[in-house]
Amino acid sequence: MLEGIMIGLTAAFSLQNLLMVVAGCLIGTFIGMLPGLGPMSIIAIMIPVAITLGDPTAALILLAGVYYGAIFGGSTSSILLNAPGVAGTVATSFDGYPMARKGQAGKALTIAAVASFAGGTIGAILLMIFAPALSSVALLFHSAEYFALMVVGLSAIAAFAGTGQVAKALMMTILGLILATVGEGALFNMPRFTLGMMDLQSGISFITLAMAMFALPEALMLVLNPARGSNADGSSSNKITNLRFSREEAKAMAPVIGRQSVQGFFIGVLPGAGATIASFLGYAVERNIAKGEEQAEFGKGSVKGLAAPESANNAACTGSFVPLLTLGIPGSGTTAILLGALIALNVTPGPRLMTDTPEVFWAVIISMFIGNLVLLILNLPLIPYIAKVLAIPRNYLIPFILFFTLMGAYIGQNNATELLMLVGLGVMATILRFADYPLAPLLIGFILGTMLEDNFARSMQLYRGLDFIIERPMTLGLLVLALVLVLLPSFRARRARKRAEGVADGD
Amino acid sequence: MALDRWLALIFIAFCCAYGYLAFFTMDQLLPPFMQRNPVWPSTFPKILSVLGVVVGLIVVLGLEKPTEQGEPSATDINLSRLHEYKLGQAVMLLALMVAYALALRPIGFLLATTLFLAGGSAILGERKWYIMIPVSVLAAGCVWYLVQEVLGIFLRPYPFFMGN
Repeated sequence: MLEGIMIGLTAAFSLQNLLMVVAGCLIGTFIGMLPGLGPMSIIAIMIPVAITLGDPTAALILLAGVYYGAIFGGSTSSILLNAPGVAGTVATSFDGYPMARKGQAGKALTIAAVASFAGGTIGAILLMIFAPALSSVALLFHSAEYFALMVVGLSAIAAFAGTGQVAKALMMTILGLILATVGEGALFNMPRFTLGMMDLQSGISFITLAMAMFALPEALMLVLNPARGSNADGSSSNKITNLRFSREEAKAMAPVIGRQSVQGFFIGVLPGAGATIASFLGYAVERNIAKGEEQAEFGKGSVKGLAAPESANNAACTGSFVPLLTLGIPGSGTTAILLGALIALNVTPGPRLMTDTPEVFWAVIISMFIGNLVLLILNLPLIPYIAKVLAIPRNYLIPFILFFTLMGAYIGQNNATELLMLVGLGVMATILRFADYPLAPLLIGFILGTMLEDNFARSMQLYRGLDFIIERPMTLGLLVLALVLVLLPSFRARRARKRAEGVADGD
Repeated sequence: MALDRWLALIFIAFCCAYGYLAFFTMDQLLPPFMQRNPVWPSTFPKILSVLGVVVGLIVVLGLEKPTEQGEPSATDINLSRLHEYKLGQAVMLLALMVAYALALRPIGFLLATTLFLAGGSAILGERKWYIMIPVSVLAAGCVWYLVQEVLGIFLRPYPFFMGN
């Protein structure tokens, strides 16, 4: 491991890569603050830039920096405007915004920055310990297990979508898988479902799909509902003065940050959970643990209530890199986009990543430390100035967001038809959003689709049929697990309903 | 019937069309030597279309009961408030994006982008032309410079009759 860290240090400390971290963090913070642009949209927009860099290490470092920056930027707008730019920072606004209204905006931002830093750093340490271990286990996997593992990942994402949403999430996953079969696959060398159109020959570009699923609907929502993304109650608390917090507050926060960083990391590792669940759960857990007066403070500007979701969401972001780097299976929309970028750069994440290209693996981990440090020392003094971004009038902001969406899709392919596809898919995604369909499963399904089919076909060929399910116990076990994951939420909901009905009958 | 179930119905129809293509049209094109493989190019799509129809039916029939939800907040997306939304602006912006896609090649990047940015803010109700136009021109120029010179991706800057 020490050797690996040294490789990572030399790679990450090259001038180019240091610049990438700094640039990524700044761009991420800057854009993450804007309402309506979450980390997924930002990373999707940045991908063409990262791909043209050509160097997978630099590209991944840039994108990871953008990811961290975006989460941090989201906290800034949650605290200052009560308008979270990112779902993962909604819990931050519970206590961050009341603090800002009390005139402690500076303090709130500092606490958020320190908690994020701690969460990210602890997460990176845990990643360093767990990823190599998981990687060596994953090396024992064959294509049959990979196939089963991806099925588990996809079902877990659907299962975590929330009660009453599992079938919808599954539907979106299948739609993603179907979209992935369009075009000429690597395995069969024959075009499928192109409907005779040349533009579909190479399949649907994942950047176009990512833009259409996230950036475009968000921008359209901003147009449709002007109230969205602006201050919830119209008042402004933009004055940022005193950035310090007291020693007592630090003492109160320290255990919260420690607990939530670890908890957040492990929630982040689970596929489908991620930063949003980690931050809400972290907030809830800390409120339950807190005693008496401190508990009453929650929701009114408690330092603990602010530190908990902030450390949890950053640790979860780091945790979500574990399945990506060790198994090559993304657990969240954001890591799915990162996976797509890596594949475009000819790097296949998975257990062999550590042995084949250790410099990529370790440089990413080291740059996580650097990224967190950059966010802390660079952004803290700059916050009052960066916050001015929030004052850009939406009449200018929205055309620019739309323009960058178009550019992202165009640069990758240099093909104007791609733009028409972007608009079409974007309209579809917006309608799906209106009907409460989750869109991340669609993108994850799309990205995993090709790999899922490849591994499935390979196992079928090796075992001359479906026998691999029976002959490999681990495969069978994983597939059963997937089935349980999908069925469990509705089973539990039914039991809860029965219980509720029993009560209703009684009165 | 609620929008989500209508969409599920459309999804089922889509899966049927997709399944029809997979079950009845793809295998005829398969060369004979590949037919002895246990897995065909159509195998995975066949499975997907069946799964898709099953899951779609679960949503259409409402077999999975949704949980009761609270009143959505004012900043959330809510279909019942669609009439309050600025639908016209959104549709016009989408039309503008399509126009941009079609015009990008013939009239060149610089002109198309300037028109798109200025047009976009005009649709949103901005009327300060003396700010909008300089901002759009400057932004188009900067982005073109970054993409062409820094990233090295060719973008045709001028209209087709002016050559390059």
